[in-house]
Amino acid sequence: MEKYVQIENVQMVFDTRKGPFVALRDINLNIAQGEFISLIGHSGCGKSTLLNLVAGLTLPSGGAMLCAQREIAGPGPDRAVVFQNHSLLPWLTCFDNVYLAVERVFGGSESRAVMKKRTQDALALVGLSHAEHKHPHEISGGMKQRVGIARALSMQPKVLLLDEPFGALDALTRAHLQDELMKIAADTKSTVIMVTHDVDEAVLLSDRIVMMTNGPAAVIGEILEVNLPRPRARLELANDSKYHQYRSAVLDFLYRRQLRPAA
Amino acid sequence: MNKILKILLPSVLGLLLFVGLWALVSQTSPQLPGPIKTWDSAVQLFSDPFYRKGPNDQGIGWNILASLQRVGIGFGMAAAIGIPLGFMIGRFDFLNRMTAPIISLLRPVSPLAWLPIGLLVFKAANPAAIWVIFISSIWPMIINTAAGVGRIPQDYMNVAKVLNLSEWKIFTKILFPAVLPHMITGIRLSIGVAWLVIVAAEMLTGGVGIGFWVWDEWNNLNVEHIIIAIFVVGIVGLLLEQMLVLLAKRFSYE
Ligand SMILES: Nc1ncnc2c1ncn2[C@@H]1O[C@H](COP(=O)(O)OP(=O)(O)O)[C@@H](O)[C@H]1O
Ligand SMILES: [Mg+2]
Repeated sequence: MEKYVQIENVQMVFDTRKGPFVALRDINLNIAQGEFISLIGHSGCGKSTLLNLVAGLTLPSGGAMLCAQREIAGPGPDRAVVFQNHSLLPWLTCFDNVYLAVERVFGGSESRAVMKKRTQDALALVGLSHAEHKHPHEISGGMKQRVGIARALSMQPKVLLLDEPFGALDALTRAHLQDELMKIAADTKSTVIMVTHDVDEAVLLSDRIVMMTNGPAAVIGEILEVNLPRPRARLELANDSKYHQYRSAVLDFLYRRQLRPAA
Repeated sequence: MNKILKILLPSVLGLLLFVGLWALVSQTSPQLPGPIKTWDSAVQLFSDPFYRKGPNDQGIGWNILASLQRVGIGFGMAAAIGIPLGFMIGRFDFLNRMTAPIISLLRPVSPLAWLPIGLLVFKAANPAAIWVIFISSIWPMIINTAAGVGRIPQDYMNVAKVLNLSEWKIFTKILFPAVLPHMITGIRLSIGVAWLVIVAAEMLTGGVGIGFWVWDEWNNLNVEHIIIAIFVVGIVGLLLEQMLVLLAKRFSYE
């Protein structure tokens, strides 16, 4: 298997007031180009920590991380992040929020007109052409999250990183955006790492589900390969026995083997 | 229409009550002029606000403008220094720790305590008054701007990091717009302080200005004019405040 993202023996220790806190240890994961990976685990186990490491927002305390054969030494537009809380800049319109990213990546090589087109295309991809001149506070939570995705996609990243992108949305909007993300990922052949705590979301979208043990010192407990043919349709899968097997496997991991002690 | 009435009615009632009380008190104390007498005097005063009869006898309009000018200069200089300084203090922890003791020491000092220093250094009343405005209105701007920089949500800085934005882009697209509302709060507090202080400072320094005018009318024992001055100071202060509230609304993103 081709290794596009390589995570080798990565360990993350935070310095806290109570002394060092080991969040992650012995993390080994190779991700192929075009693969869709979900990170699942109980809250506080270190999913965001791992995603931030790939993003380069934090550097590992030990081990090595590579993306496209190059060491991850810091954040960069080749690894676009969709944050849980959309993180749009409230003083910029949707267009300008996306344009900021486009300008950063393509500003050196492309004319304004081309970059404008890129921005509009990215917004069209998430179905938000009509909202390009609106400010974030004028649109719904689901639309904000879509602008966040458009911003990330507009950069044509090597890897798309999503941290519980749909966690704050209602079930209908979430389902709709999951379908959209699935389609976009397929169309753009993106390599995706998505943090989630939603079992159905993980099974529906992923090629592999990376299940993490409870922290502290969380490790990868198990990796589940999801061999469901694509394109996947939510309704058909509801009656698919394989789908239910995958689903129970994840549930079993989360609620039997990693049952959280009552907090 | 009904709604406006509902909002306005209590305010109008309050004002009427205030004027009524004032009228009542003025009945019992003969030195204090009542509302009607004061109103007549105000009409006369504002019928010719811009006359000039020598350096110490000028229209009320000139006095107000003179005070506003001093506030404008002192406050403007305070903003020009305080806001960039606030940004730097907020951005660089070292600078923050360095300036913190000085700021906490000097900020609570009563504004007028700075006047002798001003007179000593500038050897003239007008720059000394401006100096007092400057030194007393600079603190809210430094403190609020610095606090605003410190309170920028980590999310925004993460966006800057993920996009690898240049320092200039970070400043223009994230730092400045995010801090602007805090900055305006600082400016609003500063203007309030400056306008509060100018009256007292002018009483001590003399010349033309609303504060000196009050002092002058006190020496003339013209109590109506003193009361008018109180209203004028209040109304101008209110207008300055409202202007900045409007500005703040313009730049709030919620
Ligand atoms: N910057 C930090 N400093 C100290 N501890 C942290 C830091 N970031 C995360 N942690 C801790 O690491 C663990 C994993 O956090 P996180 O990755 O956010 O979990 P989640 O799986 O819910 O995303 C938690 O116990 C959290 O308290
Ligand atoms: Mg998290």
